[in-house]
Parts: sequence; structure tokens; C-alpha cells
Amino acid sequence: MAEPIRMRIKLEGDVADVRVLIGHPMETGLRKDPKTGELVPLHFIKTVVATLNGKPVMEAQWSQAVARNPYIQFRVKGAKAGDEIAISWVDNRGESNGAKSKVPPAS
Amino acid sequence: MGLARALCASALAAIALACIPAESATPEEDRKHLVELFQARFPGVPLDDYVYGAMIANPGAREQYEQIMEFPPFLEDIERGRRLWETPFRNGKHFADCFPHEGRNVAGDYPYFDPTLGTVVTFEMALNRCLRANGEAELRYGEAQGMGVLTAYARTLSDGMRMQIRVESPEAREKYDAGRALFFRRIGQLNASCAGCHAYYAGSIMRTEIISPALGHATHWPIFRGGEELMTFQGRFKRCMEQMRAVPFGYNSEEWNNLEYFLSYLSNGLPLKSSVFRK
Amino acid sequence: MLKAVLAAAAVAAGLIEPLRAVAGEWNKAAFDAREIGLALKAADVANATASADLIIRAPEIAENGAQVPIEVVSKIPGTQILYLFVDKNPQPFVGSFEFLEGAEPFISTRIKMGETSNVRVVARAGSKVYVALREVKVTIGGCAA
Repeated sequence: MAEPIRMRIKLEGDVADVRVLIGHPMETGLRKDPKTGELVPLHFIKTVVATLNGKPVMEAQWSQAVARNPYIQFRVKGAKAGDEIAISWVDNRGESNGAKSKVPPAS
Repeated sequence: MGLARALCASALAAIALACIPAESATPEEDRKHLVELFQARFPGVPLDDYVYGAMIANPGAREQYEQIMEFPPFLEDIERGRRLWETPFRNGKHFADCFPHEGRNVAGDYPYFDPTLGTVVTFEMALNRCLRANGEAELRYGEAQGMGVLTAYARTLSDGMRMQIRVESPEAREKYDAGRALFFRRIGQLNASCAGCHAYYAGSIMRTEIISPALGHATHWPIFRGGEELMTFQGRFKRCMEQMRAVPFGYNSEEWNNLEYFLSYLSNGLPLKSSVFRK
Repeated sequence: MLKAVLAAAAVAAGLIEPLRAVAGEWNKAAFDAREIGLALKAADVANATASADLIIRAPEIAENGAQVPIEVVSKIPGTQILYLFVDKNPQPFVGSFEFLEGAEPFISTRIKMGETSNVRVVARAGSKVYVALREVKVTIGGCAA
């Protein structure tokens, strides 16, 4: 079962500022398991898609050099309160996860 | 003048602007000496900033700390701790039932001296006492995924609380003095003492790293090294003793519990903040 | 499965397909490249023009090479994609971020750096590519951490 995705969205005028923390080990394949001494296999997110009301607004391709439990912040113009921002990822094992959150009113 | 004080006045005065004598007058005098020592060495640094350790002398490090702490990568570890804290015991009770205010704003009272036990009691010991009292198995001290993540959450319930350790009896004072003696003792193949680095050379660079001041040390555990590896206060004692090429004492040993008592007293008045990023 | 769902949504929107074609499929050749020149070529962003309108915010000395905060904003009009490289990483290409439908050409993320290196950002605006560099010193390497 995939680890959680945490999203924080702030509306600044008509720009949704979106911060996401994705749970994922992002293993480089170069790290040794301290208990077994064996190399932990390569395991990382390859593609990430963010949508606004179902329409892709940001698409990313990643390598294993993105940090463990990756963080991304991006900004989408033309957003308003009640809009839905969704984020999803697929990793090198074909596993995937997604989350969505509504844009709150501007504070 | 005692021999210790004389040595202090001569050799170490060259290094330290205010000298900490080998014999302690009172814990409060120790704490004040240390505060004066550091305030002279780091002019303009507010007292509350000492919880940031070596970062008081490194604005670039502090900036990265703030960037990472805004949305830290280790939130799921804290969440695992929250689940441990909130899961009821088989008898229906919870960890929160073992502490005043349901565990909020309590960590700054630990360690405390328990006259019945005749030893100091750390926060982790209190968590295990709670488990034992409720018929549950105790957690292993020093184990990151059990006690580590539990304290990673439970201690955050005391974020902002000011450290307020008490040394109020001759027996308590004995434990404080034992911790203090270890702090000043030269250990290991490197023949180094905690005080040598973290009092007298705090702010200087050793092996490419800025040495952090002892003031503030006890306030911010566990840490997440590189944002990823959970390390408790006593886990840091272990690593440091190993780095001095000394055989470490054990988790929950009297030596380390007394050291924690002493170091926590030194940080009295400083605000706790747990589960933080460190390099 | 996800791509099928998104492709359907994209077709329904009628706007996305041409833009998605810019970035294409996961660029294995670029990600596998073990030298910056080869990575740039495989990502089709070699020979970019230096631009002061491509701004990188990164620490001077990384606290830990496993979690280096990097922020990039492009003031170049029409920026569609930002590419991120760490020149001295075992595989220099870190990732690309394509901006569609009103997303600003801005990204903030955390990356792994194996050693002191230039962090290199390339911005693509149509057929033009622009580059900016920022050196980040690393004392604790992040790749095997």
C-alpha cells in the first residue's frame, strides 16, 4: 500500500499555491541496507501529474535523484475556491498513488 | 582556592571568557555561567535561539532548516508515533491517561528525580512505566521505530513549553552532579570531554563542522538527520561517544540518564521543539 | 491506466495533446546518461543560451546532500518546461517539469546531490532553450545516504 500524499493549497488572488509532500522511499539503488549489508534496489517515482479540475497543469518526469519523501511546490493561475487540485504518480515498479484537495477560499 | 578552580583560572581562561569551575556551587550557578560564556561568545543571539544549536553561527544552515521544516519529509514518522500514542491499550486506556493534561506540556519536566526509585526518570521511562502499568509490553530504549517514533509524536505535544527541570534534594543533586561529572570527564581514545567541545569550543569548527553549544542541546529531540534518520538524545550520546572512540554507555543507563538530567537543567527556560531537521 | 484516464481527459479538453508532445515519454536516454553533455543532448537541450531571467535559489552549502532545497523561477516568456540537472551526479539529469494550462514556470523541490556541483536549470520556450547554473557545495553526499 502506497504511503500518503499530503497537500497544502493556498489561494493568492487567482493563483493556487500548491505544496505537496509525497511519501516514497526514492531509493537510488546505491544505498546499503544497514541490517543486511545488501544494496536496496532502485525504487523511485518516474512521472507525476497535477491537474486542476481534471485538466493536467503540471507534468513531471523524475529520476531517483529527487529526494526521499519528495516535496514539490508549484503554482497554478486561474484557480478559484472550490476548484479541485489532484496529484498522481507512477513509479519504476508500475505502482501508483494519487490524492486530491479542494482550493480553499483566499485567507 | 581549590585545585580545580586554579587550573580553570590558568589554562582554560585563555580559551573561555567565563570559566566553569570543576566543582559546582549550585545547578543554577552552573547554568548562569554557561549562559554568560555563550552570550559573550555569540553576541546578539537571543537566548531562545540556542535551541537551533550550531545554526546560531550559520545563517545558511538556518535558512535550509526553515525551508525543510515548513513541510518536513519525516511527517509520516511522526504520524506513526501519533498512531502509537492514540491506540488504546488492551484495557481500553491510553498513554494520555498516564500524564497530566493528556500529555500536553509535560516533556519540559523530564527528567525528574524520583525519591521512591532513587533514580532520575526520563520521559521515555515514563512512557514505559505507563505501558507496564497497563499490562502492555515495554518498548526498547533506543529503537527508532518504536520508542523513537512514539517520542517523535509525544514530545511535540510539549512544543513551546519551557524546560523546567528541578534539582530540589540532596539525592537529586547527587544525580545532577553525576551527570555533570560525565560532561566534564575526558573519555575515549580522543581523550575529549563533552565540555571541551560543547562549552569551551562551541562555535569553533572541528572536522568541518561547527560545534554546537551545550545550552539548548536538550530541547529538540528526536532529530531527523538529513531529514530522514530518526535519532534520539541518547542516540546522539551514543554516536558522539563512538566518535570520541569511547565505548558508549547503554540506552537508559544511569550514566546517560544522569547526563540527560544535567543537560536538561542547563536548558531550563528554553522552549522545547521536537522532531526537527538536522544535517 | 492513469495515462489512459489523463489522455482521455486531455482529448476531451482538446488543448493538451500538442503541449504534452513537447515533453514526450519518460526520457530513458537522458535519465540514463552518466555525463552532463550526453544528458543535455539526450534531453534535446544542449547549446542553451545563458539567461539571467532564469533564477535558481539554492543553498551555498547544502546541509545534507540527500535533501537539497532548490527553487527555480523562469521570467522568460513562453517557458513551457524546466529541466533540472546536477552536473556531477552519477546520472546528471534529475527531472523535467512541464507547465500547462496556466501553471506558472516555477518549481520548488528537494533533490539529492552526490558532491559539490553545479545545479543546472534549462528552460524551454518553444524552440529556444536557456540555461542558468548555480554551484552548491556538498560535504555530506546524498546518493548513498
